[in-house]
Amino acid sequence: MEAMTNDLSLRSLTKRFGDFVAVDDISLDVPTGSFFSILGPSGCGKTTLLRMVAGFEEPTSGTISIRGRDMANVLPNERPVNLVFQHLALFPMMTVAENIAFGLRRRGVRKDESRTRAEAMLERVGLPGYGDKRIAQLSGGQRQRVAIARCLVLEPSVLLLDEPLGALDLKLREQMKVELKKLQAKVGTTFIYITHDQSEALVMSDRVAVMNRGRFEQVGTPQELYGQPATPFVARFVGDNNAWAGTVESAADGEVVLRTDEGFVFRARGMEGCGAGSRVNLYLRPEAMRLDPKDTSNLNMFRVTLKAILFDGANSRLLTVTEQGHELLVRLPQNRTFDNLEPGREFAVGWNPSSGICFVEDGADCRGLDGEDA
Amino acid sequence: MSASGMKQSRLAFWLFLAPVLGWLLLLIVLPHLDMLYMSLRSGSFSHPGWTLTNYQAFFEEPIYWLTFARTAGYAVITTAITLVLGLPVAFYIAKVVRPGLSGALMVLLLLPFWVSELVRVYGWMILLRESGVINFFLLRLGIIDTPIEMLYNDATMIMGLVYTSMLFMVVPLVSVMESLDDSLVEAAYDLGASRLCIWRTIIIPHSKPGITSGCIVVFMLSLGNYLTPNLMGGKNSLWFTEQIYNQFIASFNWNQGSAFGFLLLALSSVIVWAGLKLTRQKLGEVAS
Amino acid sequence: MKKLLVLIALVLFASAGVAKADTLKLMTWKGYAPKVLVEKFQKETGISVEVTYSNNEEMIAKLRATRGAGFDLAQPSQDRISSVQAEYGLYQPIDYAKVDGKLFIPSMLEAVKKNTLVNGASYAVPFCWGTSGLIVNSEKAPGVDSYKALLDKKFTGRASYRLKRPTIIAMGFALGYDPFALYADTAKYQAMLDDIEKTLVAAKPVVKNYWANGDALLESMRSGEVFVAMAWDNGGWKLHGENAAIDFKAPKEGALGWIDTFAIPAKAKNVDAAYKWINFMLRPENAGYFTSEENVPTASADANPHIAEAVRANFERSFPPATIDNIKWYPPVPAELEALEGKMLDKVKAAK
Repeated sequence: MEAMTNDLSLRSLTKRFGDFVAVDDISLDVPTGSFFSILGPSGCGKTTLLRMVAGFEEPTSGTISIRGRDMANVLPNERPVNLVFQHLALFPMMTVAENIAFGLRRRGVRKDESRTRAEAMLERVGLPGYGDKRIAQLSGGQRQRVAIARCLVLEPSVLLLDEPLGALDLKLREQMKVELKKLQAKVGTTFIYITHDQSEALVMSDRVAVMNRGRFEQVGTPQELYGQPATPFVARFVGDNNAWAGTVESAADGEVVLRTDEGFVFRARGMEGCGAGSRVNLYLRPEAMRLDPKDTSNLNMFRVTLKAILFDGANSRLLTVTEQGHELLVRLPQNRTFDNLEPGREFAVGWNPSSGICFVEDGADCRGLDGEDA
Repeated sequence: MSASGMKQSRLAFWLFLAPVLGWLLLLIVLPHLDMLYMSLRSGSFSHPGWTLTNYQAFFEEPIYWLTFARTAGYAVITTAITLVLGLPVAFYIAKVVRPGLSGALMVLLLLPFWVSELVRVYGWMILLRESGVINFFLLRLGIIDTPIEMLYNDATMIMGLVYTSMLFMVVPLVSVMESLDDSLVEAAYDLGASRLCIWRTIIIPHSKPGITSGCIVVFMLSLGNYLTPNLMGGKNSLWFTEQIYNQFIASFNWNQGSAFGFLLLALSSVIVWAGLKLTRQKLGEVAS
Repeated sequence: MKKLLVLIALVLFASAGVAKADTLKLMTWKGYAPKVLVEKFQKETGISVEVTYSNNEEMIAKLRATRGAGFDLAQPSQDRISSVQAEYGLYQPIDYAKVDGKLFIPSMLEAVKKNTLVNGASYAVPFCWGTSGLIVNSEKAPGVDSYKALLDKKFTGRASYRLKRPTIIAMGFALGYDPFALYADTAKYQAMLDDIEKTLVAAKPVVKNYWANGDALLESMRSGEVFVAMAWDNGGWKLHGENAAIDFKAPKEGALGWIDTFAIPAKAKNVDAAYKWINFMLRPENAGYFTSEENVPTASADANPHIAEAVRANFERSFPPATIDNIKWYPPVPAELEALEGKMLDKVKAAK
């Protein structure tokens, strides 16, 4: 039955280059018709994983199966997967229609029929009548769509996308995220999308795997990754987080009391291994902190001073600093109470103990702000 | 730009161009004009005058135009073989080996050109002759009982020409292939293309300018070669250049020789032009 | 700009002057100006010799290109002088008063004078002579004594000759013509050429290659790849020294005798040096040295005592008196025949 519900299954997939383990014992099932992202910093092994699925790299061990069919010894040109390359790799010597018809022609589809199907596909991706244009005449976003159309016309079981938005400018990238998501919903093909940009992964995906050093740290929905990170790496890599280093004073029922190195005593959720006396890192989202809360019962409280306002519309944040010089990001509430803030103003900050998560210290530097640049 | 600046830059342009133009005029245009003049003069000292008989002789005497046709045909075959061998070699150098090694491979290709063509051809002769190195080993290994004469036939001559031309094919091919994005090849592979199909649809179309310039150079070099056909082709291979040499040196008929020289220039230009037309290319695109 | 031109002209004149004083520009065959003699000449006269190697055809072509300038002395074969002299005026008449007549074999000097006579003046003096005939490996090809061996199926892949006029003349004799007698009759000469062409084309499977380089031919004989070849006598004698089975053989149709000469180009700059070199080279001891070194008989009258024993032995072995009488000496060749011959040779080479 697995074959019917999962388009792609990896079992203990490993790839070594000499001593270096690029992909380390990864197992994964991607359900049919889902938008699945693999998110990780550059060098984490996500591209190698993708190239193994496409067939350009041979796994050192483990198996890849697509719709239940084992892919060992199946050449890239015979796999029911197609890859949208990072730089798109459109053929400059051909027209748009020839690019899209390329795969059909290779399958022996007659010239006029493949042309018709290419035109139909162009219409689906919103480029009707573009068939006779040269690749050089297209804008970045149009090329994007041609590259995807070129794969989709082959009706692959799985479409692989290797950071295809990376080369676009910010505005277009935001727009393409939405378009890609809509397109995937429309065609229903399983997308496997790799990226180092957590916002792309969170916005588009049904499920996301966070990858680090050749392994999956966590696989889950965007909400799960954001709200319940399973590892400190996920906590740091997905979304913005404030971090403290500290020591657990007592622990009970998944809740810990810790003393940060600056001397604050907080209650927070404790993950596995956070027993009394252990060194931990505490992660707290910027939106979990409330400024000058009226009802302070059951909240962890401390004071900060405003250093700067990072205005970004609905996503505006305040850069604050504690008495001890620890910088913290706090989300600016959207209720206009704080419209006229001046740097230097002091706040009381309160947060619910269930919003903070403690992980056993993993060696990463948690003195400052963590997040996008991790 | 001001008017005087414009004038100055134009002056500089002509100053830089002058040596080139002078060189072209002195070494290319003038000798050819002289040759054209000579080719239109009567060969006989006693009856000087203008005449077309030298050109007429080419078309009326089968031995002359047949030799030209044969020479051109073999030059085309040489070019085709050089291309077929050069493509994978160039691809290997440009795309497969790591950059350091590709430099070394280019040097290896260049190495034969550090000795003169004459020495290279004699090298081949030492290898291939009946009492030569290859026969020696074949006999020693018991593969053959009696030595084989591998020289003095058309196949050997073409091999010699291909060897001499290889570099001139591979260098332009390597430089165009280096500009080929690897992901294009992978994309074609991913979209279902076979190896052969990738060559046909991606690599060769991309390499077209290099292929054309390589082919023109190799064709012209083979057509104009003298030593290799003469020494390795042996008894059957009258090459058109040899005929020109014979007219000038053996028959003292400079007028006829000039006419042949001019015909070689004209006919080879026509062949190159036809080749460009057939593949729908322009010379300017190739050169750029 | 003018100054520069004047300067360049001065430099050119100066260098030309230097050349005139000190150098003899000699265009000759390989081996005709041995290093020892060149050094000896320079010691005696202070004139250095600048040697350019060439052959009959290229000598004519080079001098024709410059209309007789660029060299002070050339060494064409005697039969290749009168016709090109009549057409192009490449040479200047020899001043026989400046040549030491006693040094020459009288009959040879007279013959060369006669053969190079154009409009009442003669243009050359003899230097050396020799023959073309067969070089035969008697172990592999016993009993060969005719040019026809070059066409013999027995020697398929083992025969070699040049596609040059000596081969035509030899084949003419072999087929029963007297090519020299036909020189005057172009139509008959062409008929003979057609016959020879047919013969050579039919015999194409026999020939291993048409040799172009003398050293390469000798190498093929030495290695046993070629059994019978048409070539110069001295090449055969050279091989005989290494392998007694190989020797020069004057065929029964007659060896073809040639005489190489001295001729002075029309625009020679250093004519005095040219005469000095001629007289120097024909001095018995120098001529003897040359003959011993190169295996080429000299036109010098009294050189015999100075010729090495082995070289004399070669000559006596290959040329008993009757054979000498049978040598066919090349008469001067009319220019138009060479064009016919050239075309015929092209046809042979192009034929399958």
